[in-house]
Amino acid sequence: MLNARVIVGEDKLDIEITTAFGADLMSDVLSFARSGCLLITGLSNPQAVRTAYALDISAILVCRGKSLTDKFIEIARELGIPILWTRFIMFESCGRLFQEGLTGCIRKTDGTEEKTIVR
Amino acid sequence: MSGDDFSESLEGIYHIQGRDFVDAGIVSSEVKKSLQGKGISESIIRRIAVITFEAEINIISYAEQGTIQLFIEPDAVIIEANDAGPGIADIDLALQEGYSTADDSIRELGFGAGMGLCNIKKFSDIFELTSLVGQGTYLRSIVKLNG
Repeated sequence: MLNARVIVGEDKLDIEITTAFGADLMSDVLSFARSGCLLITGLSNPQAVRTAYALDISAILVCRGKSLTDKFIEIARELGIPILWTRFIMFESCGRLFQEGLTGCIRKTDGTEEKTIVR
Repeated sequence: MSGDDFSESLEGIYHIQGRDFVDAGIVSSEVKKSLQGKGISESIIRRIAVITFEAEINIISYAEQGTIQLFIEPDAVIIEANDAGPGIADIDLALQEGYSTADDSIRELGFGAGMGLCNIKKFSDIFELTSLVGQGTYLRSIVKLNG
C-alpha cells in the first residue's frame, strides 16, 4: 500500500492502530494529536520521536523518503517508538491509509464532528 | 525570579543550555519517565509532557540557559521554567497564537510557529507568566491531579 520499510519496531508489527494525525509542525502535533494514533510526518529529527513519546503515539510513518539519521533511529529505539518509512508524499500516504479505514484522531480542531475522544 | 516555595515537593531540576537544538525535548522525555509509576494518570502525564516540551523549546530557542523544575504536590503537579534570556516585552502579544520571533533553526525542529505558550496555557489548569526584559522569564504551570 505504501511500500513502507520498518526501520524500528520489527517486534511490534502486531499493534493495532485505527487513527492518525499528519503534520510537520510538532507544536500542532502536541496540541491536537491523541494517544494511540499513527503520526505521519516529513520531520525526521529526534524532536519528532520525543513528541510521539510525550503523547503515547503508537508509531511514526516518515513520508516523502526523508533521510533518517542514526540519532533519530537511536532515540526511537530507546523510547520504543516504531518507525515506518515511505517515499510517498504526505497527501498520498494519508489518502491511501484513509482508504484502508484509518481515520483522523480528531476531525476538526474545534472538537466538533468528534466520534470518539481518547484524551 | 521565583514563585511560591514548593521546595519540599521538588521531584527534579533540569538544566537547559540555550541553542542546544540536538537534545531539544529530552527534558520532556525525562520528566515523563520520572512521573510514570507514581499513580498519576496517563492523560495527566501527557499534558505535563507537552507543557514541559514547549517550555524547554522556548528556553533553548531564546535564552542563554534556564532550568525546569518539577514539583509533585498531593493534589497537583507544578512545572516551573526559569530562564536568563532576553525576556518578553509584551506578554499579551506573545500569547497570541501565531505570533513568533523564532528563527529558522527553531522552525527546522518543527517548532517556532507561535504556538508554544498557547499550548502550555491550553494544557495547564493554572498558568502564570512573568518576564523582565533583559533579565529573563518565569513560567509556572499547574496541572491538577483530580480534575
